[in-house]
Amino acid sequence: MRRIAFLPVVLFVVLAGFFAYRLLLIQRGDSPSFIPSVMINKPAPDFTLPPVFAGTPGFSSTAFKGRVTLVNFFASWCIPCRSEHALLSSLKGKGFQLVGVDYKDQPEAVKAWLAREGNPYDVLVADENGQTGINFGVYGVPESYLIDKQGRIRFKQTGPFTPEAIEKDLLPKVAELNK
Amino acid sequence: MRKPALMLAALIGLYGLQILPALAVRPDEMLTDPKLEARARSIGKQLRCLVCQNESIDDSDADLAHDLRLLVRQRLLAGDSDAQVKQYLVDRYGDYVLLKPPFNADTLVLWLGPAGFFLLAVGGAVLFYRGRRGTGAEAAPVLSEDEIKRAKALLETDGEGDKA
Repeated sequence: MRRIAFLPVVLFVVLAGFFAYRLLLIQRGDSPSFIPSVMINKPAPDFTLPPVFAGTPGFSSTAFKGRVTLVNFFASWCIPCRSEHALLSSLKGKGFQLVGVDYKDQPEAVKAWLAREGNPYDVLVADENGQTGINFGVYGVPESYLIDKQGRIRFKQTGPFTPEAIEKDLLPKVAELNK
Repeated sequence: MRKPALMLAALIGLYGLQILPALAVRPDEMLTDPKLEARARSIGKQLRCLVCQNESIDDSDADLAHDLRLLVRQRLLAGDSDAQVKQYLVDRYGDYVLLKPPFNADTLVLWLGPAGFFLLAVGGAVLFYRGRRGTGAEAAPVLSEDEIKRAKALLETDGEGDKA
């Protein structure tokens, strides 16, 4: 019966351990504002979007078939997208096509921005009202979705890519999907 | 007699206006059919704005909340039931988009945790008090005649000692 006297201590240790665990996760980049995607391993939503630059091709979800694709939702008004931009340019020829979706943006604004910073995208389309974004489960920009040759979403990067995220998450996944 | 009553009613009315929640729903979003709009409002109150996270999409000024309010109305106009509209968003954003989490395997701890802690506390209390009563009974064994005499003698001398 005396053992019950240790119960508060045990509870305290359990709680303290749990809090320490959560703090450690946050230190490693987890954040309460991060919402895990439910779209992983589900087919990418159907969509057809018009190009940003007249005369270039648009993009439709049927074009996922047969190629690994990275769909990058971004906008010229999005500050974190700028830090990601240079990294995206370094991804040419890494085994996937890069589709840029300009999310809720002014065509003139994004054209001016890309003219200044360079255009890393193989295909660049506009999601003017954000409907396609909602169908992907986008809740902020930038967000990127890696889609396999069968058109299923296999990986999501929430927030801007970092060099570590590209090395550790994206490229290994791309290699796996290209096998 | 009626005037003060009227004044009071007016004041209460004004006070009521003041504490109305600040809805973010814009007039241009609203549906012309009041029944559909009412359903859109009740759905909107149950959906989480994923940008601000602690506001419903009806309360939030975020751009995404605006888009989701339009989407809810679009789905209602297309003939979806309330449950279908909510499922549409759950399919894209997960259960997290619902302000009231559903009861399933992932939320078992969330829903049953408080009841579990309550039972733990009740169980702890029962064990604690039963334990106390147990030791109480052990501490009061029956005394023999001889022991009672000795105890009385001790108590008496103790009492005299106090007086001295």
